[in-house]
Amino acid sequence: MKDAFGSPQSLLVLGGTSEIALATVRRFMARRARTVWLAGRPGSRLDSAAAGLRDEAAAHGAEVAVRTVPFDALAPETHEEVLEKVFAEGDIDLVLLAFGVLGDQHADEQDPMAAVRVTRTNYTGAVSSGLVCAKGLRAQGHGSLVVLSSVAGERARRANFIYGSSKAGLDAFAQGLGEALRGTGVQVLVVRPGFVHTRMTAGRAPAPLATTPSAVAEAIEHGVRRRAPVVWVPAALGPVMSVLRHLPRALFRRLPG
Amino acid sequence: MPAQHTRRDAPAPQAAPPDRTARLLTGWGRTAPTGARVLRPRTRQQAVEAVLACGARGSIARGLGRAYGDAAQNAGGTVVETTGLDRVLSIDAVEGTVTCEAGVSLHRLMTGLLPLGWFVPVTPGTRYVTVGGAIGADIHGKNHHVSGSFTRHVRSLELLTADGQVREVVPGSELFDATAGGMGLTGLVLSATIRLLPVETSLMTVDTERLPDLDSLLATLAATDDRYRYSVAWIDLLARGMAAGRAVLTRGDHAPLEALEGRAARGRLVRAARRDPLAFRPGRLPPPPRTVPGGLLRGSTVTAFNKLWYHKAPRRRRGELQRLASFFHPLDGVPHWNRVYGSAGFVQWQCVVGHEHDDALRRIVRLISRRSCPSFLAVLKRFGPGDPGWLSFPAEGWTLALDIPAGLPGLGDFLDLLDEEVAVAGGRLYLAKDARMRPELVPAMYPRLDDFRALRARLDPRGVFTSDLARRLAL
Repeated sequence: MKDAFGSPQSLLVLGGTSEIALATVRRFMARRARTVWLAGRPGSRLDSAAAGLRDEAAAHGAEVAVRTVPFDALAPETHEEVLEKVFAEGDIDLVLLAFGVLGDQHADEQDPMAAVRVTRTNYTGAVSSGLVCAKGLRAQGHGSLVVLSSVAGERARRANFIYGSSKAGLDAFAQGLGEALRGTGVQVLVVRPGFVHTRMTAGRAPAPLATTPSAVAEAIEHGVRRRAPVVWVPAALGPVMSVLRHLPRALFRRLPG
Repeated sequence: MPAQHTRRDAPAPQAAPPDRTARLLTGWGRTAPTGARVLRPRTRQQAVEAVLACGARGSIARGLGRAYGDAAQNAGGTVVETTGLDRVLSIDAVEGTVTCEAGVSLHRLMTGLLPLGWFVPVTPGTRYVTVGGAIGADIHGKNHHVSGSFTRHVRSLELLTADGQVREVVPGSELFDATAGGMGLTGLVLSATIRLLPVETSLMTVDTERLPDLDSLLATLAATDDRYRYSVAWIDLLARGMAAGRAVLTRGDHAPLEALEGRAARGRLVRAARRDPLAFRPGRLPPPPRTVPGGLLRGSTVTAFNKLWYHKAPRRRRGELQRLASFFHPLDGVPHWNRVYGSAGFVQWQCVVGHEHDDALRRIVRLISRRSCPSFLAVLKRFGPGDPGWLSFPAEGWTLALDIPAGLPGLGDFLDLLDEEVAVAGGRLYLAKDARMRPELVPAMYPRLDDFRALRARLDPRGVFTSDLARRLAL
C-alpha cells in the first residue's frame, strides 16, 4: 500500500534496465519500497540492474526483495500471462512503464520495418502491457501506473517524428486510460521529460532544458504524491511546450534541438 | 417498435451497469484514496451476508470515517459501513449501562443518555465516532489517566467472526483483548454493552492555566493531574527557544448541581442550566467550502494563530463553567473541518512514551519546534496505566498528538526521524491515526503483535477481515 505521501511498498518496472526507471526505484527504496520486480529481456543487463539494486539496499541496511521477470515489449501476446503472474504474487503499488527505443530516424525512414519496430515497442507494447497492468491495479483498488512519455510526442518534428509519433500515441493512450480509471483508486501519471542524459541519448547534442534520470525520478515521486495526471520534467517544459505547440510552423521548424 | 438504426455499423456492446456500491474512500486525513465496494447493512442479517459475500480481498468495518489514516479502507475489497446498524437496544438507567449496535455514534449516546443523567465513559476529541470504531481503535479521552481507554468500560460485545458465527465476547478472554484496539481485524462488532458515568449536569467546571514552557507543563501534570477527571494541554510547537512547548492546560470535571448555585455561578449558561441541568444542545457552524486551496496552513499563519491562542488564554482561571461540547469537542462545531488542509490532506502523528522517557519527549518537541512544523492542533496528555488490548495504543506515559499538512515537503523523512525517537524510547504510535509509519517498527511498538497475528491466522485463515492499514503494516 502507498502511504499518506504516496510512497509505494512494491514496484513493478517494465523496462527494468531503463536508467530513469532505476533512478526512480532507488528513490522509492529510500522510502518504503521493499519489493521490486524488474521486467525486461532476460540477460546480463537485467541481472546486473537487479544486483545493483540489491547492493544498494544492503548498503542502506534495508531488506528489499528484488526479482526479475522476463518481459518483451515486442511480444504483446505474452504480456497477459507474464504480468498476471506478477500481480498474483501480491499487490503492486506502482507500475513504471519505462521501456522504449529511440530508433534511428534517418535509417528508419529508409527501412519501414525498422520504423515499425520503434512504434511496436513504444506504442503497441505499451498498450498491451498497460492494459494488463490497469486490470491488475483496478482489481486491487489502488496503485499508480506511471507512463514515461516524452515532449517529442507533443508536436511532431522533422528530426524525430517516428519516435515522436510513437510517444504521441502512447501519451494519448495513457491519458485516456487515466480517465477510464478515475474513481477506481488507480492513478495514471503521464511523465513528459525533455532531453534526458542517458545511454539512449548518449552522443546526441542535448536540447535546451535537458535533464537527468534522477531529476525525472524526483518529478515522478512528486507527481505520485500529488496524485497528478501529468508531470513535465523539468516543470518549465509545461508552459514552454504549450507555447511551442501554437508556434507558426515556419518558426517552429527553425528551432534548435 | 422496430429497432432504430444508429450511425454505428455494429451494435454497441452492452455496457456493464455501473456499480453503485463502488466508492473511493480515505480516512479523516484525506490522504491515500483507494477504491472499494461499500455496503451499508441495515440489519445484522444483512451485515452477516455482506461479510460472508466478500471476495478474495476481504472486508473491513467502517463507522463514521474518523480514523485519520487507512484503517477503515479496503482497496479492491468490501467495506461494511456500520452506520445503518444504529439501534440503541436497551438502557439500564439504574445500573448505568447501555446496549447498542455498533453503528451508534457517541453523539447519539450523549443526546439520549444525558437527559437521564448518564454520560459515555470515554469520549475522544469528537463525538462523531461509532461504538464499533471506539472498540476497534480502543479510543481514549482526556480522562485516560483516571478511567483508561474505552474498552475498559465495555461489559461485553457481539462479534461476527470470519466463520459467520456471532460470538459473545467478554473482557478477560483472548478474543476480547485482540478485538480491543484490533482495528476491526478480528471481526465485525455488531453490538456492545457499555458502562456509563453518572453526571448531574451537562456542564463542566474547568480550570485553565497557561504554562510558559515544556518543563513547567510536565511538572504541573505530574504533580496535580490526579485531582482532575479530565486533563489535556494544548501545546505550542511553533514557539522557539525558551518558549518551546509552552501550553494552555485545561482540566476539569462534570459540574455537580451545587456548582450552579452560589454567588460565583452567573451568566446565561448557568441560568439555562438551572432550568434544565442536563440539556445537551451543541451548536454547529457551517462547514468550510468543498475545495480549499492547499498551503493555507503554513508556518507563518499557524505561528500567528498559536501565538494568539496562547496569549488569549487566561494565565490562570478556576471553576469556569463550560458547555460539555465546547470542553470535549470544540472541532465538532465545524463539520468537515478536515477540508481546511486542502486537497493534499493532513496526517496526524500521535505517540506515547513512558514517564521515565521524558527526555525523548523533550527531544521530539525540540525537533518539531526547530523544524517549524505548521501544527496548530497539538496536544499533550498524561496517560494512566494501559489496558490489556493487544494492539491497544494507550500506555502509561506522555502522549503527544499533532496535525501536519501532508503536502509539507520532506515530511515523510522527518516523521520517520520522530518515529525512531519513539521506538528507541520504547514508545509507540497510534494505529488509528497512522497513515505512514514504517512496518518494521510495529512489532517493537506492539509486543503482542505475534499473538495477534496467530489469533487472526487461526480465527480467519482466509483473510475475510483485512484493511489497507493491515496490508500496509502487515498486521
